[in-house]
Amino acid sequence: MDKDKRMQKLVFWLFLIPALGSFAMVQIIPFVIGLYYSFTDWSATAQPVISFVGLKNYSDAFKDITFLYSTIITTIYTVANIILVNIVSFALALLVTTQIKGRNFYRAGFFLPNVIGGIILGYIWQFIFNQFIPRVSSLWGITYLADNLMLADSRTALLALVIVSTWQYAGYIMMIYVAALQNVPRDLIEAAQIDGASPWQRFKTITIPMVRPAFTITLFLTLVNSFKQFDVNTSLTGVGPSTMFMGRAINGTTLLAMNISNTSLVLRNTAMAQAKAIIFFVVLVVFSLLQVNFSKRKEVEL
Amino acid sequence: MTNKKVALVLLEILALSLVVFFMIPLALVLFNSAKGNVEIITSPLSLPENWGNLWVNIQNIWNNPNIRYSQALFNSTFITFFSLMAITISSAMAAWVLVRTKTKMSMFIFMLFVAAMVIPFQVVMFPLVRWFGIVQRTTGLPMLRSYFGIIIAYMGFGSSLSIFLFHGFIKSIPLDIEEAAYIDGCSKFKTFFLVVLPILKPIYVTVLILNGIWIWNDFLLPMLILGKGTPVQTIPLAVNNFAGAFVTSYDLLMTAILMALVPIIIFFIAAQKHIIKGMVEGSVK
Repeated sequence: MDKDKRMQKLVFWLFLIPALGSFAMVQIIPFVIGLYYSFTDWSATAQPVISFVGLKNYSDAFKDITFLYSTIITTIYTVANIILVNIVSFALALLVTTQIKGRNFYRAGFFLPNVIGGIILGYIWQFIFNQFIPRVSSLWGITYLADNLMLADSRTALLALVIVSTWQYAGYIMMIYVAALQNVPRDLIEAAQIDGASPWQRFKTITIPMVRPAFTITLFLTLVNSFKQFDVNTSLTGVGPSTMFMGRAINGTTLLAMNISNTSLVLRNTAMAQAKAIIFFVVLVVFSLLQVNFSKRKEVEL
Repeated sequence: MTNKKVALVLLEILALSLVVFFMIPLALVLFNSAKGNVEIITSPLSLPENWGNLWVNIQNIWNNPNIRYSQALFNSTFITFFSLMAITISSAMAAWVLVRTKTKMSMFIFMLFVAAMVIPFQVVMFPLVRWFGIVQRTTGLPMLRSYFGIIIAYMGFGSSLSIFLFHGFIKSIPLDIEEAAYIDGCSKFKTFFLVVLPILKPIYVTVLILNGIWIWNDFLLPMLILGKGTPVQTIPLAVNNFAGAFVTSYDLLMTAILMALVPIIIFFIAAQKHIIKGMVEGSVK
């Protein structure tokens, strides 16, 4: 019996080791090291002694106006993205759950941009914003768009990022709505129809409340993914055109993830980058908890 | 025709035009890959004058020393394939013992894997590179700029979600099957590989697709572990390098993008049902 138990323990650890070992190697150990480094003067260059500096990196991060600016535009970008992605994808979901013939084809078509990597997408759209749109607008006589490149101004460049993210993400979120819409019981809608409810009433009082759990998921996904945006930011706008913020020239489209990367890769202040990353992590967790809490309260049980 | 039929036809037309609108960016890449640089700048929206240019441009990119496309294609395929093998097998094994062992330790380890899902990559990326460097110096294992290092990294980063998905699925498999195999004299290893693993097939496909698309498209991790412009480059890295250096050679840039798109689009068309289902399921859970 005792031998059997020991054997079981051995098997347990043997089966666990490959996954747990690599997980510890790349997540647990770096997380702990990173927490420690955020309180030191660690820089990316080789340095013989790393000394403890307390909360200095955190206070530096809070005083850094580029970090503040990135937080503000990332929040704007995230909110705009949540709204636009969800409106577009919900509308598309309604469209592809009607009785139209090619609905599976349309679903696949809208979904396709989602399997393409953000880096590649960004370059495609850079071409569209820098070459295609100006050219088409001048042919059609829309001089405003022909003379002003969207990516050359930080506000329109941010809008460009939202457009590309919506194009990339809408089909994916759409499929989550499609699954939810297909779960709305038909007899409920038919009963309402018999009772004389108009299509709008049926939509408002049956469909929307029934798909509310899906909203919790889709809002969470768009929130987290927008907040962590890096790839499209890198290839489409880069750090962005210069803009004025609090009396200083600053890079206009540096979202938070890029600000953190560049603090280490460009400024070589890796300890501060680490502190920023931990602040980023805490803010992200707080935001998502708030959102899930808020959405859950609005769900109905059936 | 009744009103309802008219409405359906109108919806059909609307949906079709929206799909066409969604596909414009990809069509532009294709059309402009078959043009020279001058033709792209003067008429970016027309069909190419000579489709034969497409082949010339493709050969150009294939052999271009600045992008080394053929090498990048090989690297992306190699890294994605072996990372997927490593992630799926190790995660399925771990999830199985975590479900079947009901101890506090087992519970705790599972929670650890799940909790790690909320940690953004930014929090661990710099210490990771540092730590890999330390491991490389002390043990001599090739952690940075190597296939080995990046596959280990994907294995670790992929484990959380994969174990979570396998865990949920294995919980629903009745224990009887495994007990029967055990009574018949199967060892734990045999039971897992011959009895449990085949049952996991549906969730296995989901885990493969979720991880596969992420790894194939990933940029930041390869950039940090492999480095920019080093001998081992994946497709996103190679395109990024190339675009940085050849900003104004639109013909070559468009062709490079087209060639980066082709593998993933072919894969999507071939397995779209599984891909859409897998990607949606994986995130909703």
